[in-house]
Amino acid sequence: MKYALKKFAAMLVTILCISFLVYLAFDLIPGDAALAALGTDVEPERLAAMREEMGLNRPFLERYFDWLVSFVRGDFGTSYKYHLPVAELIVSKLPVTVIMALISFAIMTVVSLPVGIYTAKHSGGRIDRGITVINQVMMSVPHFFMGILITYVFGMVFKLFTPGGFVSYETDFAGFLAYIIFPCIAIALPKIAMSVKLLRGSCMGEAKKDYVRTAYSKGNDTNKVLYRHVLKNAMIPVITLWGMMLADMLVGSIVIEQVFNIPGIGRILLTSISYRDYPVVEAIIVLIAFVVVVTNFCVDLIYGLIDPRINVGAE
Amino acid sequence: MLLEVRDLNIEFHDHDVPERVVNHVSFSLEEGEILGIVGESGSGKSMTAMAIAGLLKRHDLEKKGEIFFAGTELLRASRAKLRTFQGNDISIIFQEPMTSLNPVKRIGWQVEESLRIHRPQLDKEERKQRAIAALSDVELPNPEQIYRKYPHELSGGMRQRVMIASAMICEPKLLIADEPTTALDVTIQLQIVKLLQRLNKEKKMAVLFISHDLSLVKRLCDRIIVMHNGDIVEQGSAQAIFDCPKERYTKELIDAIPRLEKLNLG
Amino acid sequence: MHRKRFGKTMFGRQKKIPLNFKIGAAITGVMTLLILMSFVYTPYDITKMDSASKLAAPSLAHLMGCDNFGRDIFSRVLKGMENTFVIALLTVVIGTAGGIIIGAFTGYFGGWLDEVLMRIIDVVFAFPSILLALVFVSIFGTGRYNVVAALGVAFIPSFARIVRGEFIKYREMDYVKSARLAGVGTLRIIFVHILPNTLTVLTSSIMIGFNNAVLAEAGMSYLGIGVQPPDASLGSMLSESQTYLFSAPWYAVFPGLMIILLVLGFSLLADGLKDPAAG
Repeated sequence: MKYALKKFAAMLVTILCISFLVYLAFDLIPGDAALAALGTDVEPERLAAMREEMGLNRPFLERYFDWLVSFVRGDFGTSYKYHLPVAELIVSKLPVTVIMALISFAIMTVVSLPVGIYTAKHSGGRIDRGITVINQVMMSVPHFFMGILITYVFGMVFKLFTPGGFVSYETDFAGFLAYIIFPCIAIALPKIAMSVKLLRGSCMGEAKKDYVRTAYSKGNDTNKVLYRHVLKNAMIPVITLWGMMLADMLVGSIVIEQVFNIPGIGRILLTSISYRDYPVVEAIIVLIAFVVVVTNFCVDLIYGLIDPRINVGAE
Repeated sequence: MLLEVRDLNIEFHDHDVPERVVNHVSFSLEEGEILGIVGESGSGKSMTAMAIAGLLKRHDLEKKGEIFFAGTELLRASRAKLRTFQGNDISIIFQEPMTSLNPVKRIGWQVEESLRIHRPQLDKEERKQRAIAALSDVELPNPEQIYRKYPHELSGGMRQRVMIASAMICEPKLLIADEPTTALDVTIQLQIVKLLQRLNKEKKMAVLFISHDLSLVKRLCDRIIVMHNGDIVEQGSAQAIFDCPKERYTKELIDAIPRLEKLNLG
Repeated sequence: MHRKRFGKTMFGRQKKIPLNFKIGAAITGVMTLLILMSFVYTPYDITKMDSASKLAAPSLAHLMGCDNFGRDIFSRVLKGMENTFVIALLTVVIGTAGGIIIGAFTGYFGGWLDEVLMRIIDVVFAFPSILLALVFVSIFGTGRYNVVAALGVAFIPSFARIVRGEFIKYREMDYVKSARLAGVGTLRIIFVHILPNTLTVLTSSIMIGFNNAVLAEAGMSYLGIGVQPPDASLGSMLSESQTYLFSAPWYAVFPGLMIILLVLGFSLLADGLKDPAAG
């Protein structure tokens, strides 16, 4: 319990730090909301008046605090380009990106767990060696190139989906899933390779330890040794990796959205960057960072559940 | 006769030149007897123990000879057959109590493990009763508490007791103790040896005690086998070997015991 | 009977030939030669357009075919690899140098400075590096040097963590204590007595970092915020190639293949260095 509270506190501090740094960074850029509202060729007097009116002349910390409070309330500011609340812009796009990241993550865990265990158990065998080679290559493929390959093979040769023909989840959920599954595979494949490699290595490392010999000496067969003894220990580093990968997948989907022409968070982020629509960029960055930090917190909690030694270290 | 090893040979084939680590070893062990195998590291004593416990990796090594346990040949037995003995009739404890327990499983779960495998008819509550009895049998204080603990919460000596408790849980006929005290403090070493002695008497359980420490072996064992470079150099009763060692190597071993300890033992 | 058993029973003696390492060295060697060659020679001028050979298939004249402007893909791939290589190299240099300085001092001295810096490092580490680079680019603009700066800064935390961990391990060692007693200066202890010992660990993380930099650079140029046209980069070539994916798949395949080979060669090398037996 103490461990969880400590981690929770650390998470809050991290989120505060990130929001502060991001706000500071965007505050330092020349050009502010008043300039964006009035355009660059405005008289200095009007600009100054507008700044006063928008509260931009107040001390930095006061403005940061205001921004933070409204951010927590769900008010992310107003887009310079669309003159719409940022929250409105993001909320409609968020589900696509989140669903993509979650499906990719699910594919990764469901595939890599059995494959990793199988290759560890039959290490040195023909299938293991084959998978190891495939893994090495997969890890070297950037996921956007994987996306292009999948587009070509499944979209153009086998015609399993129409490249560029994204279907919104609001109009046709099944059609949405049928399209989204391909970018998800593109995101998941390189991660599957990494995760299989780590799980295999971790299982084999654990298998060399003394407690495995003890387990055999009690009359356990290979499967029991593997599933009842080795696996739980071997999962500890894998869970860290998975936590990092969930964050990676969220960011990875920004790139993949471009490959598959999907209107998600990545699309708005990139257009906002090119139009210097800072409130939108700021909000998305802080949100993604928030998700990343919360994921790390969850990983820490799962850690505490799996590894009894952790709780002692925290005291 | 509980255990009979006949002309055991073990050879490694993982290098270009085969390496023989156990050479024509034969000995036997009666029920309820304590037999000590002494020798320096690399003498083949641990390999012999592992062969009896069925824990040798099967690839890249060649085993010849026979190991009879209560009338069954173990060396060529199928793995499934071997498993019915392991943890049930033959148990083993190891040198490294710090690492021989699974760090993420509770003590109770690990002590009960052999029961789950070999006594499936027992229910959860009975298993727990037996595990707690076993833990108190190895003189651990507050066995109910220890039952719920994790290995990292115990000291090395306590962990070795837990190892003994989990080895004893199915009341085996043979306990192989492979350097069980080497990693422990001297005072703890004596406690463990005394514990093994007591369990041997109470449970009528034979013990194969493997050690490089001649003074401990003398304290515990009825008979002693001295091994060197894979060969049995000498075997006989503990008294005979100490009083009039026939081989030069045995004499050297005895002379290597620190004086003070020898005086205490004498 | 002689089946291999999973896990530890008694002795696990193994010896293996690091075949990985050999293949990795071969791939990396060829790629390095190609990159070196591209500094002085490419078969065609990378900006020379030729409307007659628009989207031409691979041939002896154009080994990898031509792009939508009739430019030679092989030449552009060579230049792109060179750009990627230089950017990744600079990124790793910045990341390693920053990581060593921060990690060495925080790890060696500990205390409040360590606490504060490590908190900041943790915060930066929580950001996926490409996201950090996006923030950077959105503030300072696109272009290769901004990409280098952005990725370099993004890579500092991972190196700093590794170096710090090593320094914490070494600062309590007897040989360091005796050096301190002998009156060896602090800087000398840090850089002469301890740093060389961290090189083994550092080398493999540098190689992994290099790969991540290659992948991140490719991703950023793919998004159009890296190396700007008309200069060639593998990522932007892939981005352009998508429009012609059906009619000229080779346009996508070759730049992608080169990224894969660049990364694969290095990761095999890194694996071989770290542990010859690793699969």
